[in-house]
Amino acid sequence: GRRIMGRAMGLAGLLLGLVLVPAVLVSTSLRHGAPRTEGEAEPSGWELAMDAIPEDSLWPLPQWVRTNPRQLQLAPSRFQLVHGAGSSAGPGCGLLQDAFRRYYEYMFGHSRRRRRGRRPLAARAEPELLQLQVVVEAEDPGCDRHPLLTSSEAYHLTVTEPVAVLKAYEVWGALRGLETFSQLVHEDDYGSFLVNESEINDFPRFAHRGVLLDTSRHYLPLKSILTNLDAMAFNKFNVLHWHIVDDQSFPYQSICFPELSDKGAYSSNLIYTPTDVRLVIEYARLRGIRVIPEFDTPGHTQSWGKGQKDLLTPCYNEEQPTGSFGPVNPILNTTYDFMTKFFKEISTVFPDAYIHLGGDEVDFSCWKSNPRVKEFMKKQGFGSDYAKLESYYVQNILDIVSSYNKGQIVWQEVFDHKAQLKPDTAVQVWMASNYAHELSSVTGAGFTAVLSAPWYLDYISYGQDWKKYYSVEPLNFPGSEKQKKLLIGGEACLWGEFVDATNLTPRLWPRASAVGERLWSSRNVTNLQDAYKRLTNHRCRML
Amino acid sequence: AENEPSWGTPCTELLVSISTPGCDGFPSLDSKESYKLSISKGSILLSAEAIWGALRGLETFSQLVGRDENGTYYINETEIVDFPRFPHRGLLLDTSRHYLPLRAILETLDVMAYNKFNVFHWHIVDDPSFPYESSTFPELSKKGAFNAMTHVYTASDVRTVIEHARLRGIRVIAEFDTPGHTLSWGPGAPGLLTPCYMGKDPSGTYGPINPIPNSTYQFVTSLFQEISTVFPDFFLHLGGDEVDFTCWKSNPEIRAFMKKMGFGENYKKLESLYIQRLLDVVSSLGKGYIVWQEVFDNDVKLRPDTIIHVWKENAMQYVKEMANVTRAGYHALLSAPWYLNRISYGQDWMEAYKVEPLNFEGVPEQKALVMGGEACMWGEYVDVTNLTPRLW
Repeated sequence: GRRIMGRAMGLAGLLLGLVLVPAVLVSTSLRHGAPRTEGEAEPSGWELAMDAIPEDSLWPLPQWVRTNPRQLQLAPSRFQLVHGAGSSAGPGCGLLQDAFRRYYEYMFGHSRRRRRGRRPLAARAEPELLQLQVVVEAEDPGCDRHPLLTSSEAYHLTVTEPVAVLKAYEVWGALRGLETFSQLVHEDDYGSFLVNESEINDFPRFAHRGVLLDTSRHYLPLKSILTNLDAMAFNKFNVLHWHIVDDQSFPYQSICFPELSDKGAYSSNLIYTPTDVRLVIEYARLRGIRVIPEFDTPGHTQSWGKGQKDLLTPCYNEEQPTGSFGPVNPILNTTYDFMTKFFKEISTVFPDAYIHLGGDEVDFSCWKSNPRVKEFMKKQGFGSDYAKLESYYVQNILDIVSSYNKGQIVWQEVFDHKAQLKPDTAVQVWMASNYAHELSSVTGAGFTAVLSAPWYLDYISYGQDWKKYYSVEPLNFPGSEKQKKLLIGGEACLWGEFVDATNLTPRLWPRASAVGERLWSSRNVTNLQDAYKRLTNHRCRML
Repeated sequence: AENEPSWGTPCTELLVSISTPGCDGFPSLDSKESYKLSISKGSILLSAEAIWGALRGLETFSQLVGRDENGTYYINETEIVDFPRFPHRGLLLDTSRHYLPLRAILETLDVMAYNKFNVFHWHIVDDPSFPYESSTFPELSKKGAFNAMTHVYTASDVRTVIEHARLRGIRVIAEFDTPGHTLSWGPGAPGLLTPCYMGKDPSGTYGPINPIPNSTYQFVTSLFQEISTVFPDFFLHLGGDEVDFTCWKSNPEIRAFMKKMGFGENYKKLESLYIQRLLDVVSSLGKGYIVWQEVFDNDVKLRPDTIIHVWKENAMQYVKEMANVTRAGYHALLSAPWYLNRISYGQDWMEAYKVEPLNFEGVPEQKALVMGGEACMWGEYVDVTNLTPRLW
């Protein structure tokens, strides 16, 4: 549970104690202007000197927070983020070195006061905080590794003079802790950097906290993707689900099959080269974010057919091909030869342990029209159940991807149509109607589930819809404790039909922040008024 | 290559010919925006009655110029005769709910010009903040802006907006909405707003402008005197929407006044009293006015050339309102189906496009009273980070 901190009531009684917050309007240094009621009494001298309640700014809310009215000041010219004694990570840990610089910049960067100032320390009453020492405890801190579903993101932060200490089991927790620390540091009305004495113990409720970006409906320039990764890190998201290709375009430049993007991308400059992809993966890694690529088949593949002849099923009208194509052709050996080579490349290019294979919204009408497919159905004894054909295809792909030692994630239809999944295949639940029931089915069958259904952020609407996303309780589905453990997390999805670089950021944020807190923070963190206060501060900070 | 079209004689000039002189004036409701564009072998001619039409024609011309894969610019032989169907084609921006930096306003004016909008309806102040720096009453923004140093429009900012607009043939119609929507006016103008009461004692909160004391009308006269000078357009938008009567009802002085005037419990009469005096003030300053529909709905006595701004939307109620307003002989502006702040998923532009402003019951003389309409982008959820993609 979370303990509420107190406000400075006076010079006496500065214990690490717990005092209830009085219901007083708080004016933070991030907000401008005074309350607007005419004739309201000017704030007393004490209130003016007081700073914001630090918890007013934390997002997502940590599992356990205790803050103290006692404040420490930070001098940008002297304060340092360093490796602590006994840390298994040191100056050779590029990931942390990069993070130190980045977080220093976030905290002090916009201020021009990074050079030595003239005001003597004694002018302020608060003691100085000289350092934040980061101590990574695991023997292998993970500096040069990629984050995993099972990585530890827990951290313990103690802010007290003269040195604050951030302990984490792995570097991933250190990254989360640095973000939180940066949220505690605030500027007062005089431009001084202050932080309250505090202690925080934190870890995520769910291990899979993702954002889906769609770069096929509209190409997203690299800059957009990287800016989004920054925003994800501010909100402790740890998975970028890159829905990289689809019907409309194929921007992924394949090394083995260059024609796919040559013919399938919107244009020759609207592609992701291998360098671009590496950049995204590394940029994400430095923020503790996994990149899970989705190559969605057998549906959603129109753009694949442009550069790969005979991959898609030719549709027929009676005995004549119509000239249009449907899903990937599941009856040809060439299909599986292609997929074998293609996914070998994908497995090499993308280091994450998982690949998303799609499998959603397969339209059977083209298959049904094709005489060869119909023959195959007969031969296989599938009758007229094309879901069986879909499953036949999917199972083959699962085998191929498995053989490359990659785990798989699929959309719910693959499960619903009863394909035989691998024991560790994860199922992403996206259909909005009765998704709780679907979660029960998926977890009841022993598969891990990822929830997206209530979090389709492309479905915009007027007003404060973040509240709707915030109020979702992922575990509200019928099931045993064991089942509930199989829900590993969720993803906010921003499908790209109406989204490109001109509107991505304001559409996704801060709405996705609501999902971020729901997936990180404790189940009982549900108060909308408190969330509103923290979210407005967090949003201004993200800008 | 064989399939390349043979380019005709390269065109070297676009000749612009304007019949009525006058480059230094401001656009008005009566400005002529018609133009003719004639593009043929060896000659490109843009002719217009007034400079405003030339601006519209230049925009069209720029839309006709294409570029082929080799990078050659070209244009097809074309004949265009063009003029606007409605003379008042506006866009409302709200700089009170969220401050919009100058560059956001100027950028919006640029895009308005691309779309041949000709009115910028500047809803400049409201309850949440007062960013307009008044020279007569500097305290209004000092105490009422979100931040008096950074979130204000100085006199020079306002001049910049007006000139940037003028150069694009866009009128700037400022809205100083009263007597409701005025909470931000209170801190800088003590005594202006009605103190609300809880029983016999003031509750500490405030309501609409206090319509009783003379000081109110002195203030209003001085303020609008300044506004009339600052904003050159003939029209001012005076607001008059959503006046909440609860505060007035709670105030004993107001109740006494109501009794004295014989208004009974009809607070619409009190609202009318204020509005009528305001309209007189503004008229005497030589300005015309636009008001939100409540002013008409609440039976305020209006001048015949008042423009009524129809905004309420609930199951197409605006259609009836348009009929009522024009039947009573007033000019009308339509915004109700064009509240672009009310976002929804998908291609909602189609709903806005399908609106036919004259689809209401009425005789041709009534329909002629519809001056046009305005797309509104209210600012509750809009600031510089999302204005442009939300609006366009």
